[in-house]
Amino acid sequence: MDLSRRELLAAAGKFIVLSGAALEAFESPSGAVAADSKYRMADHWWAMTIDIQKCIGCGNCVRACALENDVPEGFFRTWVERYEVNGDDMEHPQVESPAGGIHGFPARNTPGAKSFFVPKLCNHCAHSPCVQSCPVGATFVSPDGVVLVDQQYCVGCGYCVQACPYGCRYLHPTKHVADKCTLCYHRITKGLTTACCEACPTGSRQLADLKNPRDPVHEFLRVNAVQILKPQMATGAKVFYKDLDGSVR
Amino acid sequence: MRRIFEGWGHLIQLACVAVALVLVFFAIRQELVPPEFGKYGHYRPASLDEIAARTPVFAGREACASCHDDIATAKGKGPHANVGCEACHGPLSRHAQDFTSQKPVLPDTAKLCVICHEADSAKPKTFPQVVSHEHAGDTACGVCHNPHQPKL
Repeated sequence: MDLSRRELLAAAGKFIVLSGAALEAFESPSGAVAADSKYRMADHWWAMTIDIQKCIGCGNCVRACALENDVPEGFFRTWVERYEVNGDDMEHPQVESPAGGIHGFPARNTPGAKSFFVPKLCNHCAHSPCVQSCPVGATFVSPDGVVLVDQQYCVGCGYCVQACPYGCRYLHPTKHVADKCTLCYHRITKGLTTACCEACPTGSRQLADLKNPRDPVHEFLRVNAVQILKPQMATGAKVFYKDLDGSVR
Repeated sequence: MRRIFEGWGHLIQLACVAVALVLVFFAIRQELVPPEFGKYGHYRPASLDEIAARTPVFAGREACASCHDDIATAKGKGPHANVGCEACHGPLSRHAQDFTSQKPVLPDTAKLCVICHEADSAKPKTFPQVVSHEHAGDTACGVCHNPHQPKL
């Protein structure tokens, strides 16, 4: 092939123009979440507080979550565990969670044992292992601090399910994509609280916005003995437990 | 000028193939990568809007109080002040939009109250608990207690 200078310049020009257009497509700005609403992602950093001393193990949160989010039967975005620590054997607590606590717990009275309920859900980690393990960019931490799954983009490989140290993810049985707690993103962006917090009768769970200086979470963190789950894993977990026993894993 | 490129034909051929491959790469990339991918991070920003667009199922207690302020006021004076309406009556966002479209659940107090108040050693000691069959036998809680103001 013999290329004239004219042809060479034309080809080079097309290359520059086309790659420039491609570059622009990546960088052009867009509307934020629900461009018409007043919600600004940059103003929020969502978290949750859980007061162990208020949880009564009624299972209202589990039921509310399932109704709000169409959670398939046998899978849980949030669940409640009943812990029982006998004597000084803190290494081996008895943990039960019949059907995730969705029907509450059968009444048990074991005098002398230390027992309590621990509600669990996605910790919406700031440095989340699940996000780091996703090979396709289907799971991510949103600009307002919520770990979400793009179910259109998820290939269902399940790496994130294995990566989560808290067991908070599952593969949806019919959609075959990763599914998890969204911290009721469709509610909190509309000014509502999460379904689990709305249904909690004792106020054990509270949605918290760490970027809101008037949120009671700041006092909660300041005046109480607060712990996160598996702090040694440095996940940046944002579910803060008040009066959590050391036996909880 | 033309003389400079004499004997370079094979190199120019190669360069053209390389340019064509780069163009094909960008064309395919533009086709496959969703618009604005990477705007906030390594993900598709439109998925935020899609997740946020879902309709809530629970209306929230403020929505209930905007019509049923009499019950909300009465409940606010008792120990159930901080219990959300939908904690017992079920999710009611459709009822809040149009009250004819969805009827709230009227719970059976013989089954509802014990979910929270049946005695269990894992419950906080300050939380009011009863062993229901010792406390009332088979009588439903609602016979004596008004759930909105349960203190007798």
